[in-house]
Amino acid sequence: MKIRPSEITPEHEYFNRPRLSRRRFLQWSALTAGSAALTACAAPAPAPTTAPEVSTDELKDELGDPATSYDAITHYNNYYEFSTDKQAVAALAQNFPTSPWQVEVTGLVNNPKTYGLEDILKSFTQEERIYRLRCVEAWSMVIPWEGFSLSNILNEVEPTSDAKYVKFTTATDPLTMPGLSSPWYNWPYTEGLRLDEAMHPLTTLATGIYGRPLLPQNGAPIRLVVPWKYGFKSIKSIVKIELTAEQPNTLWNTAAPTEYGFYSNVNPEKSHPRWSQATERRIGELGRRETLMFNGYQEQVASLYDGMDLSVNY
Amino acid sequence: MLSKYSLPALHVAAWAPAAQIAYWWFTGQMAFNPIQDLTFATGFPALVFLVLTLAVTPANTLFGWKWSIPLRRWLGLYAFFYATAHMLIFMVLDYGFMWVDMFRQIVEKQYILAGLGALLLMLPLALTSTKSWQKRLGRSWKDLHRAVYAAAILAVLHFIWLVKADLTQPLMFAGIVAVLLIMRIPAVRQWLSSLRQKAKRRLATPQLKTPTTTQPAPPEMGE
Repeated sequence: MKIRPSEITPEHEYFNRPRLSRRRFLQWSALTAGSAALTACAAPAPAPTTAPEVSTDELKDELGDPATSYDAITHYNNYYEFSTDKQAVAALAQNFPTSPWQVEVTGLVNNPKTYGLEDILKSFTQEERIYRLRCVEAWSMVIPWEGFSLSNILNEVEPTSDAKYVKFTTATDPLTMPGLSSPWYNWPYTEGLRLDEAMHPLTTLATGIYGRPLLPQNGAPIRLVVPWKYGFKSIKSIVKIELTAEQPNTLWNTAAPTEYGFYSNVNPEKSHPRWSQATERRIGELGRRETLMFNGYQEQVASLYDGMDLSVNY
Repeated sequence: MLSKYSLPALHVAAWAPAAQIAYWWFTGQMAFNPIQDLTFATGFPALVFLVLTLAVTPANTLFGWKWSIPLRRWLGLYAFFYATAHMLIFMVLDYGFMWVDMFRQIVEKQYILAGLGALLLMLPLALTSTKSWQKRLGRSWKDLHRAVYAAAILAVLHFIWLVKADLTQPLMFAGIVAVLLIMRIPAVRQWLSSLRQKAKRRLATPQLKTPTTTQPAPPEMGE
């Protein structure tokens, strides 16, 4: 469901809409009454004066599930360059420099180009895309991204006929990223896609969430979103996009090849060796829910894998 | 003094993890993935208490801390308490009694099997922790309670097998458990005991100092 930016519920209305559930009440009482150290939340504490105009259309994905709260999206993050504690990343990442920012698009292309972030924002229309994000750890969110299809940039740089894969690299900033000293990971964080996966319209370069620019903990200022794959494929804070002939190495595939495959398509029938992928916890809900094949995007992407044995090509 | 206050102090300290869970809950720090957080917040203290129960004998061997011995039963029971809460969260809150799914998880996923194994081994130990059972079982009681070694090993394996990549904490616990078990090997235990005896003797009997008194000068020769 595409929504124009002008249709997005204004922020003060969104944060002032009536809350019915006790859980939300607890979150709010924590936000407003809790100490400043607990949540470095960027959202301003609302002060309702008159009865606000409330939009009854909460943001939902195409399956009808509500978007995860901005608070959860910005305070529950896997970004090991900062911390392996999901709730510690937001505070640690706040000084990560996101401006000026450049994305080098290079490799097997006819027109290599280095884009400044402003060029990207000006040249490519940012649309709202409400996608599910399913982490390999078996939790998930529904996130209203602002972004555009990666294919736009790829078409501009024109991959040559030798280009078969796209490799992405995340920024590394030793000054602000304490996790870089962890010996368990082979920095910098890299990820990759097959060229046809990268050209798919669903593959998104995201620059915002809920109509606001990305915060560092969510991969500011520009990141990838590949909604039918496990979340670690949606690489954050991209500095380089490279077209290659060989399948690129990825951090997680290198770290544990039997656990994190190159494709890592969401697949409830293919367990992680140490835990099941059949169910997941949607952040904001209490119970578990069934995991959907390709994270519910089967119709759009299944054809990319026709004839492939997904239990082998995991 | 340690003998008098150590047990009450333990009872207070043992509820600290529970208090911390409550604090996190009511300050909204468990708002996003409460089941995951609760699972870890109960599993971690269970492991810590289990390791502490294993530490009592070595502490006694090495330092002669007899006051720690009466604490051991309670350390074990608290380990069992947190481990049971941990398991109930998994069964009830997480899987909501979805028995088929849960059963498949348990059987297929070795980390869950290891955890369940550790808990099942702790159950008879918890049930027979009282003095009356100690009397009833006599010598067998000690043999039965050696199962805590297996429980600790399984608990550590459970931890190792469930983390994604960063094995720092699990390996730390593995190291500590390994050391605590090694210290029980009779030859090692005797050696540590003898170290302690030597240290005790040296501290108890200081070297006698020769008194420095002035002595009359020896008579000069030839006078």
